[in-house]
Amino acid sequence: MINYSYTILIPLIPFIVFLFTGLTGHRMKPVVSGIIGSAGLGIAAILSYYTAWQYFWHSHVAGSAYVPVKAFEVTWLRLNENLVINLGSLLDPISVMMLIVITTVSLMVHIYSIGYMKGERGYHRFFSFLSLFSFSMLGLVLATNIFQMYIFWELVGVSSFLLIGFYYEKPSAVAASKKAFIVTRFADLGFLIGILMLSFTTKTFDFISLTSPGGPAIASAGGATFLGFSVLVWSLIFIFMGGAGKSAMFPLHIWLPDAMEGPTPVSALIHAATMVVAGVYLVARLFPVFALGAPDALHVVAWVGGFSSLFAAVIACTQTDIKRVLAYSTMSQIGYMMLALGVSGYGGHEGLGFMASNWHLFTHAFFKSLLFLGAGAVIHAVHSNDMRDMGGLRKYLPVTHITFLIACFAIAGVPGFSGFFSKDEILSAAFEHNRVLFFIEYAVAGITAFYMFRLYYNIFWAKETHYHHTPHEAPYIMTIPLMILAFGSVFAGYLPFSHLVTSDGLPFAAHINWSVAIPSIIIALAGIGVATFMYMKTNGLPDKIANAIPHFYKWAYHKFYFDEIYLFVTKKIIFRYISTPIAWFDRHIVDGTMNGIAGLTQLTSNSIKDFQSGRLQQYGFVFVSGAVALALIFIFLW
Amino acid sequence: MIQGIPLYYFLVVSTLMFFIGIFGFLTRKNLITMLMSIELILNSVNINFVVFNKYLYPQNLQGHFFSIIVIAVAAAEAAVGIAIIINIYRNFRSIDVENVDQMKN
Repeated sequence: MINYSYTILIPLIPFIVFLFTGLTGHRMKPVVSGIIGSAGLGIAAILSYYTAWQYFWHSHVAGSAYVPVKAFEVTWLRLNENLVINLGSLLDPISVMMLIVITTVSLMVHIYSIGYMKGERGYHRFFSFLSLFSFSMLGLVLATNIFQMYIFWELVGVSSFLLIGFYYEKPSAVAASKKAFIVTRFADLGFLIGILMLSFTTKTFDFISLTSPGGPAIASAGGATFLGFSVLVWSLIFIFMGGAGKSAMFPLHIWLPDAMEGPTPVSALIHAATMVVAGVYLVARLFPVFALGAPDALHVVAWVGGFSSLFAAVIACTQTDIKRVLAYSTMSQIGYMMLALGVSGYGGHEGLGFMASNWHLFTHAFFKSLLFLGAGAVIHAVHSNDMRDMGGLRKYLPVTHITFLIACFAIAGVPGFSGFFSKDEILSAAFEHNRVLFFIEYAVAGITAFYMFRLYYNIFWAKETHYHHTPHEAPYIMTIPLMILAFGSVFAGYLPFSHLVTSDGLPFAAHINWSVAIPSIIIALAGIGVATFMYMKTNGLPDKIANAIPHFYKWAYHKFYFDEIYLFVTKKIIFRYISTPIAWFDRHIVDGTMNGIAGLTQLTSNSIKDFQSGRLQQYGFVFVSGAVALALIFIFLW
Repeated sequence: MIQGIPLYYFLVVSTLMFFIGIFGFLTRKNLITMLMSIELILNSVNINFVVFNKYLYPQNLQGHFFSIIVIAVAAAEAAVGIAIIINIYRNFRSIDVENVDQMKN
């Protein structure tokens, strides 16, 4: 038995860095806080790699199952004998995988930000928040029980809020941060209800006992039903609601595009690679409960994921803000991961979808953060987010151009790049379990290739735009993380994932299913081809197509009016018919009672104030009159 | 001594003194005069004590001693009162009670 208790340092080091740079950052030179933050994350990353090496290779007997290891645990709250809340760190294949994803991407983003944020106000604030986020996210993935996960879940929400609103002088950034916080918080209400229901039926918070196939959770699958679903299914659907909120699944996706108001490295770290996949991680964490105890809840996951991926991909084709295109693409890719979990079974080759989902999470983290950081370098060079202000940048930004192209190939699923392998496994899993979703995902694969290359051509090719000053390549501190991530985007696909991360811990053999892969390659290449035809040289074709389907184009351009629907529901219905009467009741009845008492007291004291005139003889007169009156009363009435 | 004078006469005198004192306290504007009116009230009470003691309980002495205590207290009160009045004069350059209404509110 190997002692893994050092893993507690992986989240603690970023936390200490957060406290240190947050409290003393204003006294040091800005770049020093960036270097401290990167160094802290670097140590955490090295520890994570060491943990992974130890867990997956060093201490593992070939062919045996990977068992979850509780590396460290302390009792945090002992409410009574049965209700105990622990804090600790749990190591199993998915949490170790997430450690690598988070520390790697976070380290790259830290290094990149040293260059990107240069000269910004609040430089040390930015780095301390980044460290806070890294701490929260690492605590989330290492959670030993669902309550600890909930605590860190809220902490990542807070750090996301703080970083989206980093430019707090900008009203749009403030609005976006509030929107993100409120929407995810609303979803977390469902999560909390789900936790309470699940722990009430199973009498435990602990992940190991929850997810063991003979554990109390799966045993409670029968029992009372409500609207045709058992309590377990309902609790898992509520928990999935929390996951859908964090992962921007339809219909709780509206905060993610607005969250792009934050600095671009933040988008790369939080809103592409780590925090938004927390929902996927949550479902994966509870996967045995979903698969063995509540297949109905898993269908919900599959359909929500599948629909979100199609919905977001269509919107992404019409957006012109490059970060928003990437945001919708993120949503679409997370839809893929959810769908893969949804179509998966438990154990052996049945669990292909589980493995594929985590694999796609892993590869997506590399290529999507690379895309965001590349977009950041482009924005850095041309000072605009809008692709209409760009064009022909391949001459000016050679490193960004090549790395961005690699990421585009990876996300489009071109063979040889990492995205191809993970996406192929997802499609195979969907093919085996749900043909409708399988065809939807084929379509999404084509659309993905199309909009990514639309983005690519609009930035790096197309028309020659006249820039105010010649765009220049980003400094090395920004391009080196791009190259490292590009390396990951290519080679993450060659890891033997089906031997490492599986639903039951046992390795199985997964091969590329060529009957699925070849059509998907053709579809991806077709998407790229159409994009090349339409956008490589400026021509009137995109406008013509948009004019041919004006209504649909307009709908998609306005994101199917979902923001407007939410605004209508909240402002016109909830605010007007629920909040306004409650506010009236509060203002007039509750406050009115209190104001009335205060007013009465004031009125009384005003009217008797004149007695206290300060004139001595008046007092004397009142006193004597009183004495006389009392005397009269005692004499005549007694 | 006071043989032949009925109790009633003493009570009339003390009542008159008492109400003259009250009247003076309520109507005079000069603080010294008000202080003197208070002395009148106290002395009327003293007369009552002594007279009731003499006529009703001749064998006891409590009434006499009580009036002595009242005289002592009155002396102390007059000393404090005059000290206050002197300070009022220093502040206001007047000992008119109408000017001393700062105690209100």
